[in-house]
Amino acid sequence: MSGNGVTSVEIKNLDLSFGAVDVLKGLNLSVNEGEFLVLLGSSGCGKSTLLNCIAGLLDVTGGQVFIKGRNVTWAEPSERGIGMVFQSYALYPQMSVEGNMSFGLKNARVPKTEIKERVARAADILQIEPLLKRKPSALSGGQRQRVAIGRALVRDVDVFLFDEPLSNLDAKLRADLRVELKQLHDRLDNTMIYVTHDQVEAMTLADRIAIMKDGIIQQLASPGEIYSRPANLYVADFIGSPAMNLQQGKVENGRFLAGEISIPLDSYSFEREAKGEVWFGIRPEHVLVGEEAAGADFELTVKAEVVEPLGSDTLVLTSVNGKRFWLRISGQSKVASGDSLHAGVNAADASLFDAGDEERL
Amino acid sequence: MTEAIAGFEGAHGPKPRRTFSRRNIFLYGTLIMVALYYMLPLYVMIVTSLKGMPEIRLGNIFAPPVEITFEPWVKAWAEACTGLNCDGLSRGFWNSVRITIPSVIVSIAIASVNGYALANWRFKGANVFFTILIFGAFIPYQVMLYPIVILLREIGLYGTLWGLVIVHSIFGMPILTLLFRNYFTSLPEELFKAARVDGAGFWGIYFQIMLPMSLPIFVVAMILQVTGIWNDFLFGVVYTKPDIYPMTVQLNNIVNSVQGVKEYNVNMAATILTGLVPLVIYFVSGRLFVRGIAAGAVKG
Repeated sequence: MSGNGVTSVEIKNLDLSFGAVDVLKGLNLSVNEGEFLVLLGSSGCGKSTLLNCIAGLLDVTGGQVFIKGRNVTWAEPSERGIGMVFQSYALYPQMSVEGNMSFGLKNARVPKTEIKERVARAADILQIEPLLKRKPSALSGGQRQRVAIGRALVRDVDVFLFDEPLSNLDAKLRADLRVELKQLHDRLDNTMIYVTHDQVEAMTLADRIAIMKDGIIQQLASPGEIYSRPANLYVADFIGSPAMNLQQGKVENGRFLAGEISIPLDSYSFEREAKGEVWFGIRPEHVLVGEEAAGADFELTVKAEVVEPLGSDTLVLTSVNGKRFWLRISGQSKVASGDSLHAGVNAADASLFDAGDEERL
Repeated sequence: MTEAIAGFEGAHGPKPRRTFSRRNIFLYGTLIMVALYYMLPLYVMIVTSLKGMPEIRLGNIFAPPVEITFEPWVKAWAEACTGLNCDGLSRGFWNSVRITIPSVIVSIAIASVNGYALANWRFKGANVFFTILIFGAFIPYQVMLYPIVILLREIGLYGTLWGLVIVHSIFGMPILTLLFRNYFTSLPEELFKAARVDGAGFWGIYFQIMLPMSLPIFVVAMILQVTGIWNDFLFGVVYTKPDIYPMTVQLNNIVNSVQGVKEYNVNMAATILTGLVPLVIYFVSGRLFVRGIAAGAVKG
């Protein structure tokens, strides 16, 4: 459902350094109108910094930021047509919920009657009407975050920025609010840019995910694409839990060779020619086990070392060539540690990366 | 029997502690000794100030007064002579009030804005500015006494009350700015960011967001300044003239006067009167010291 091709937020050649440390380097990104874009990466990758640059809370070192086609590089945060939600909620403690939500409108000199209307509408959308007179200290974590979203909502902005909004909540609440956020996006159709380090949030919420590392976007694609066709070794390793099984070896005569493994690569669709050393990666859920394994491109027998039942499915840790090799099998299957398993791998499900530049082959 | 009913065997519930354990005796013994040691001078002062001179001449400084008299207090407040004036400490008291109140308000107002700007608006040269300010806290006052005399003379404020107010405000600046800067730095930064996104400016954020959250630190600053300025002697004696001497300078003139009989009871009463203001400040606002206002702003 991502937009109609109109650009909502565009970032051109953005640089940001703190003293001698370059956090963002020549970053380009364009976000479509109505799109839900997730910036995903481990801590220190520059994702929050990028969000702060879009919000105008950090002065950029170089480059430009456009919102709705308007150059806002030098504009104040309040002039950019953005609303922002923070990890720590950042509610003004001495103001009531209503006061918190109307603070921005009062600063913008919106007439009183309109403030009332807008607050009422946002409160209705987020179902926080009964809380309007309360102080933030009298709210639970989930309620506080809802108010913080409401504070962004009343400002009637084009772009919402979320800075790890669910990270302070417990697991159950996080899952609930995640669904609500998705419903909110479907209902409002605003552009949303969402920073998180949680890949489940990224996969479930995003129209597109931008995976960042060291201030550079590694891959910008739909969740499905990122999952099944990671652009490089970092993305492949970062997405998925447990991570993709990786083996280093070489390609010879159309086969991947590493220690005891020899996998024919006829069914793999190459993006470029494979030469010399490569990484071969396959997700735990793509390793076939038992009867399914028969007739796979390559079959092998592995010994279960650790079994982790998760209920819906079971993770089995084995080793191949002395490296960890995870399998994900049905939660119904009875496997104990020490059991031997018949496994199969199809090259079509795999990802190959050059061992040198670590890009997808 | 109880154990069987409750279903417990062996140790359960809170561990029993003896009231007169060796630890408690040592701890409370030390505390009581130290407390007595500090209370004793105050006791002697109060007792002496309530005695008449004949009783004091008997020499029993620890003995309670046989005949309680408040005359020394009245004399200290309204009749004692300092120099040409014979209207007691009351004049000095009101002088000190007129000096302390504007100095406290001006210094805290400026220092809080300084601290807020240094903590939240990282302007160019902020670090240099801060370093210079902090360095000021380490320069001995004596070095600056005379230059400031000249400075005040040149701007025509030497020997005036406002001259002293300016001196107090400036000398309070380093430590107060540090205090406020550290406090504002400890407030969640996201609150400041949220206010900026909400369109509040420099003063808007200061008055509407930061001030309401900073009552505890304002109380701390006020206690520091009131006691510091009230107890100041050096600046008072150097930068003012007899008509507007603060209470401490007047107290010194009463106690150290070389003419006539030493009236110990009056001296004691005058000293207690002078120390009363900081004492009251501590008792009244100590409670606010520990109150957490920012509760609920961040997670928790």
